[in-house]
Amino acid sequence: MMFNKNLKNILLVIFATLILSACSTAKKSGDIDGDVYTGKETVKYLASGVPDRVFFATNKSSLTTAARETLRKQATYLRKNKSLNVTIEGHADERGTREYNLALGERRANAARDYLMTYGISGNRIAVISYGKEKPVNPASTPLAWSQNRRSVTVKVN
Amino acid sequence: MRKIILFFLLNIFLIGNSNALIEIDITRGNLDPLPIAVSPLHVDVKSQNYEGVKIKELGENISKIIEDNFKATGLFNPLKKEAFVQKPDIAHLKPRFEDWRLIKAQALVTGKLLVKDGKLKVEFRLWDLAAAKEMTALAFTTTPSNWRRVAHIISDKIYERLTGEEGYFDTRIIYVSESGPKNQRVKKLAIMDQDGANTKYLTLGNELVLTPRFNPTNQMVTYMSYFRNMPRVYLLDIETGTQEVVGNFPGMTFAPRFSPDGKKIVMSFAKDGNSDIYTMDLDSRVVERITDHSSIDTSPSFSPDGKFIAFNSDRSGLQQIYVMRSDGSGVKRITFGNGIYGTPVWSPRGDLIAFTKMRKGRFYIGVMRVDGSGERLLTENYYQEAPSWSPNGRVLVFYRETKAGTKGEGFTAKLWSIDITGYNERRLKTETDASDPSWSSLLSK
Repeated sequence: MMFNKNLKNILLVIFATLILSACSTAKKSGDIDGDVYTGKETVKYLASGVPDRVFFATNKSSLTTAARETLRKQATYLRKNKSLNVTIEGHADERGTREYNLALGERRANAARDYLMTYGISGNRIAVISYGKEKPVNPASTPLAWSQNRRSVTVKVN
Repeated sequence: MRKIILFFLLNIFLIGNSNALIEIDITRGNLDPLPIAVSPLHVDVKSQNYEGVKIKELGENISKIIEDNFKATGLFNPLKKEAFVQKPDIAHLKPRFEDWRLIKAQALVTGKLLVKDGKLKVEFRLWDLAAAKEMTALAFTTTPSNWRRVAHIISDKIYERLTGEEGYFDTRIIYVSESGPKNQRVKKLAIMDQDGANTKYLTLGNELVLTPRFNPTNQMVTYMSYFRNMPRVYLLDIETGTQEVVGNFPGMTFAPRFSPDGKKIVMSFAKDGNSDIYTMDLDSRVVERITDHSSIDTSPSFSPDGKFIAFNSDRSGLQQIYVMRSDGSGVKRITFGNGIYGTPVWSPRGDLIAFTKMRKGRFYIGVMRVDGSGERLLTENYYQEAPSWSPNGRVLVFYRETKAGTKGEGFTAKLWSIDITGYNERRLKTETDASDPSWSSLLSK
């Protein structure tokens, strides 16, 4: 009994330490979860409360929970503004080969486009273009800059 | 655009030839470069003036280019001219071999030139000093404004005679010239001689241009442009300046390269988040889909016999290199090492594939056999990629970027070359920052 209680306490301490250390790492690298950017520093807005961009993990084009939330806001906004068309620009960080990054940017832009389409936005209203690693929003060579550059940005065209 | 390839009249007469006695072991890199004396070419006193060419200095200038070419190979050690023991005209007639041997030269290049009636007549001889013999000699006639090419052609002939391999000096490199801050880069297509001379800009920088590649059989170029914000593969004739979009694809086309016979372009087409490899025949305009896979398939490169295509794909998760028959059948993964592999480029000799490897935040240029075995990493750096072969398959040119500071300061992109032995890494002179180099075939072939 005594032993069990001790074990429980030890586990609790370990658990708490893990949570704390996880928090401190996230804080240290500044607004990055895993290697996906979660901050607002580079974000612009299509309208009040509608962020224009979503962020991706290295070499990935899957949408995070936060990315899906942003895209749902964009979908709502696009449904309200029926005459508005957009281009989704896909981007990659500088830590890959140029040609692969072009393909990756295209895949990211399409991941965002597909999600908007599942929320009822016609594909005819959404063009995509990939810039690969050619247009970094943050020119620094740091993990933070790379996370801000792995993005798809929804841009109004009219 | 002005015509940039000048008509080159080349009358070659083989004056004489004898058995090779000195030879360079080129498998050993630059460990023991061959001491060679390049005598200034003697300028015939009967030479007439020619606009834009400094006739009196022409002999010196040509020999300087030959020396620079040789030095850049890492295989030769051109000796200082102060030590030369004979005047150019006399040495050209018949060198005093024992005197040249005293300055430790093993080979001697001599020559003379005459500019008359708007023509440049050049003659050169290569001497084996140990054997006291002429090894090779050539004479040719061209327009005087082509004097730099004369120097490159002489370099090629000597290189060929001494190494047993084709030279690569009478060639050009097309690349992307870069300027401006890192997040607002202006990119232009540029072309220069392989030694950095005669830089010309082929686009104005109004639109983003990427990845120019030479046709191995002529001076056509394929590249990618964001003209009118539509990223597409283009075909450019650098003689006439005419260009056209390759194919009629409803989306981005990129990563173009010519087939070895120059008749097809192989490239990627991205649609709905999926990039596959296509070819287009330039005569018939027939488009063929080569890969059909939900992964990213890109950076295709033909084998020199045209039978295979190497490419990179992330179908197994991260980028790896694959080889398939040129109809898309028989896809086989060839890289299994630790790391991510991209940009496979088949050697013009057919025996090696050059590639970019990424591992633990570092970038490598390497070569491997075409089945993926025998991987050799030639150079490691913070960021480098996109190797392109010299036409003789001996040297790789690639670009390297530096780490930028918090505002993008300190960022540079430069062209570098390295011998496939891993020796002789050098930066290529370019007027601006530069990336995406592609080496032409020999111009005078």
